Amino acid sequence: MIVAVPAEEQKLDSPLCVSFGRAPYYCIFDTEKQKSSFIANEAAQSPGGAGIQAAQDLVDAKITTLITFRLGENAAKVLHAANVTLLKALNLSIADNINAMQENKLAELDAIHAGFHHAH
Amino acid sequence: MLNWTPSMQDSIMPTDRTIAVLSGKGGTGKTLVSVNLAAVADQATYIDCDVEEPNGHLFLKPSSVSEQVITVGKPEVDQKLCDGCRICSKACAFNALAVIGKQLLIFEEICHSCGLCMSLCPQHALKEVQKPLGVVRKGRSGSVSFLSAEMRIGESSAVPLIKALMREKQTGLTILDSPPGSGCLVTETISHADFCLLVAEPTKFGSHNLAMVHELVMLMDKPCAVLLNKTQDGENPSEAYAKTHNVRILGSLPYDKELAHLTSEALVASRENEHYRSYFSSLLQEVKDASDSYPQR
Repeated sequence: MIVAVPAEEQKLDSPLCVSFGRAPYYCIFDTEKQKSSFIANEAAQSPGGAGIQAAQDLVDAKITTLITFRLGENAAKVLHAANVTLLKALNLSIADNINAMQENKLAELDAIHAGFHHAH
Repeated sequence: MLNWTPSMQDSIMPTDRTIAVLSGKGGTGKTLVSVNLAAVADQATYIDCDVEEPNGHLFLKPSSVSEQVITVGKPEVDQKLCDGCRICSKACAFNALAVIGKQLLIFEEICHSCGLCMSLCPQHALKEVQKPLGVVRKGRSGSVSFLSAEMRIGESSAVPLIKALMREKQTGLTILDSPPGSGCLVTETISHADFCLLVAEPTKFGSHNLAMVHELVMLMDKPCAVLLNKTQDGENPSEAYAKTHNVRILGSLPYDKELAHLTSEALVASRENEHYRSYFSSLLQEVKDASDSYPQR
C-alpha cells in the first residue's frame, strides 16, 4: 500500500505538518518496496479549496492510506470517495508514524473538522 | 462640534450620490452614522450591506416590508453523461471540483458561481441549478427608503446578495451601511460608492482597523474622509493615523451617554432629539460637500 503523511520538511525524522491541505510537502511511503519519497503540495498556496486539491493530487498519486492529525470535511469527502484509509497521527516523527502504522498501532481518524474555508 | 470647515466651492449638488459608511472593525458606529445620515436627509435610500449580521432594521423599523428570495447558480452533474475528463476540475480557479475515478464531486460552498465548468464541459454533463442564498427586504421608514438583505445560515459567500441590493438602488442620495472589515463583502460595497466615510474609534485597535480599510479604499481609488467617533480627552490613535496619512477628518462625535442610551433603546437619535438632528444634518452637509469636491463616477 501507499501511504501519505503531511510534512513540514523533506525529512523522515521531522515532525508531521499539523495542517493537511496547507502542508508544504507530503511524504509518500510504499510499504511493499519500503521506500519513501517527498512530493511538493501544489495546493498549499491556493486561495481556497486547498484541501480538495491536495486530496485530489494524493488520490492521483494512488495513495491508499493517509496519516494525519487533522482533516477538513471537503478533503475527507474526496478521500472517502477514493476509499483511502484515514489514520490518526501520533506526536512522533514521520518515520515513527509510518513504523507505528506498519505495526497496526495507529487508530482510525475519528474527528473531521468543518474546515477553515468560511472566512471571507 | 464639527471641526472641519467646508471649502468654498460650487454649490450645485449632483442629485445622484452614494456614500459608503465603513470601518475596519465592528462596533465603531457605522450603523449609528448611516441610519442618522439617512434619517436627516429630505429623501434618502438606506442600504444595509452587512448581510451577515444586518441590524439597520432595528433602528429604522421599516414598514410595508416586502421580501424576495435571491438565488445563485451552482453546477449540478449528470453522472451518466460525465466521463471524468477533468476539464472542469482543472479549470476551476477555486478548487470546487474533484474527480475520483469517473465520479465528479462538487463543493458548493467553495463554488463562486462563475459558470466556467458548465461552459467548458464537452459532454454537457453540468447544468446550472438555482440555490437560495438569502433574502432582500424592501420597506419604508419615514422619508427613508429601506433596503436590507440577509444571507441564509450556512452560506459562505454573500457577494451576490450585495449585487442584488445594488440592483434595487434608486437615484438620489444612497447611504451604504457597510459590513465591517476589509474582505470581499466590503470590497463589493465600496465598488458601488462615490465616496467613503470611515468611522473610527479612538483606540490603538481602532486605528489599526482604520488603516486596513483606508488602504483598501485607496487601492480602489475612492475618495474618503474620516469621522472620529466616541472621542474623549487624551490621545486618539485614529486621529493621529488620519493626520499622518493626509486623510481628511470630517468631524468628531464625542463619547456621549445620551447618544449611547438612545442607541441602546434602538432609537434613531436624530429623530428623538434636536441636538442630534442638527449634528447629523451638518455632518450630511459636510459629507455632501466633501464628495462634491471629487468628480462623480
